Amino acid sequence: MAWLDSLTPQTQFVFFTLLKIACVLGLLLTLVAYAVLAERKVSALIQDRVGPNRVNLPLIGSIPFLGQFLTKLGFWHPLVDGVKSFIKEDFTPGHVRKIYFWLAPAISLVPAFLVIAVIPFGSTLGAQKMVIADLNVGILYTFGIVSLGVYGVVLAGYAANSKFPFLGGIRASAQMISYEIAMGMSVIPVFLVVGDLNLGKIIEHQAQNGWNVLPLFGGGFSAQSLLLVPCGVISFVIFFISALAETNRLPFDMAESESELVSGYHTEYSSMKFGMFFIGEYANMFAGAAMMTTLFFGGWTLPFFGLDVAPVAGEWWKGLLHIGIFMGKMLAFMFTFMWIRWMLPRFRYDQLMDLGWRRMIPLALANIILTAGVLALTNR
Amino acid sequence: MIVKRNELTWFERLYLPALIGGLKVTTRHFLNTLTTKTPVTQQYPEEPTRVLPGYRGAPYLVRDQDGATKCVSCQLCEFVCPPKAIRITPPGPTGKPADRTNAEKMPEEFEINMLRCIFCGLCQEVCPEEAIFLKSDFSLTGLARSEMIYDKDKLLALGGTHPGIQKWKHKLDEAKEQETFPVKV
Repeated sequence: MAWLDSLTPQTQFVFFTLLKIACVLGLLLTLVAYAVLAERKVSALIQDRVGPNRVNLPLIGSIPFLGQFLTKLGFWHPLVDGVKSFIKEDFTPGHVRKIYFWLAPAISLVPAFLVIAVIPFGSTLGAQKMVIADLNVGILYTFGIVSLGVYGVVLAGYAANSKFPFLGGIRASAQMISYEIAMGMSVIPVFLVVGDLNLGKIIEHQAQNGWNVLPLFGGGFSAQSLLLVPCGVISFVIFFISALAETNRLPFDMAESESELVSGYHTEYSSMKFGMFFIGEYANMFAGAAMMTTLFFGGWTLPFFGLDVAPVAGEWWKGLLHIGIFMGKMLAFMFTFMWIRWMLPRFRYDQLMDLGWRRMIPLALANIILTAGVLALTNR
Repeated sequence: MIVKRNELTWFERLYLPALIGGLKVTTRHFLNTLTTKTPVTQQYPEEPTRVLPGYRGAPYLVRDQDGATKCVSCQLCEFVCPPKAIRITPPGPTGKPADRTNAEKMPEEFEINMLRCIFCGLCQEVCPEEAIFLKSDFSLTGLARSEMIYDKDKLLALGGTHPGIQKWKHKLDEAKEQETFPVKV
């Protein structure tokens, strides 16, 4: 590592940032591919089916036990799906608005990746903080970027120039804009409690005072932490429901709703353009799961075995373990997303709007006042 | 009849009972499938499928209990076939005679184009000799179109013998009864 030390701090910073971007992006894309497989397997298990278990690779498949096990697990399906979506015909229907048609998949893909930039996915590894961009206004940045995500969907609906995608696009725009408000309001109590917009600081606060969703351990019992429990739970529930709506997951997949709109906003897309919508959707889910982990479930910390403090120099295994804890929490949320998909039927459109505007937004507002009141009364 | 719709209680309107109910059902199915390993999926090429009796699969020619060709080349099936999948070449005046008694002739050639066949079963219904049956085969494959035209030998081999229905044996019994007709005491 002598050549690293010979670099200027600026060059080092650029080098490590690029390295982190490459690692995170590579890992995220792999996770997205396997999330699709997990989705298929989980849905199969919930519906008493077997799920994908066909793809067998020539050499690895002949390893006695492991090869067959991986095939049964459907381990190679993401690989084959990827190849398939690349070699399919990329058909552009004659009636589409060409420029927007080409632009929309990229616009829906990019915001999902940009959100990951501010998420602290681990404590430290060596001297490096495990976050790509340690922004002071991380959460504002996140909400700014997430709200861009709707443009991909709306643009796709508009560009396709036919009725089903158009309806999908309209639904998506109304839905995502309304739930964004509830989502934004639901995190304000968190910032009232923490007093900082930096996601790293939020995790530090949770390590000391208990997770925001249940602030009982860590700082020990006090009147304040007890009174803050309902605030945290309400916050989290609203955020979770809004995240489902924001990522177009069931029970809020109005924009796609296969039974009504063929497949909604991406009906006219094929090949890798469709694949990009797909990747964007799952990357959005990961972003949502990561946000929930960071804001409400203590990020990379666990409140026992001293896992809630950043490792000192030389404890690189602890740094890796922190990344593992973060991943575990995130994947648990992903599983919950998939689970809920087969648990609840799709909301009707007016019910969706009703839930968003008349239930969740007032509740979120009341929660802000409640949290502020609790903090004021307990003399923070 | 008027179905009485109960007003939802405030608790039910929180969506919570429905949520918990759904949670229970999905968890139960998830764990059951994961642990007992009895999914409903039938993994087709590995696990053979069960075809119920009366299934209309591919039409094949059958032999009688003595292994003789039942078909007498009457061409009724050829006429009735809606997609014109059957083509029969009759033996003509100089052709081979039938290989069984009670029949004047048998087809020189009998072809079914399985690509045209719609498995409607009209040939089976129309056949006066009970010589053609829709069997249980449903997955016919070939590497060329010519492979999918099944000729007489192939159809007879695939159809096998069909001793269950013995039309001419019954006719013979009836004829024998006729010989001693009034004697029945």
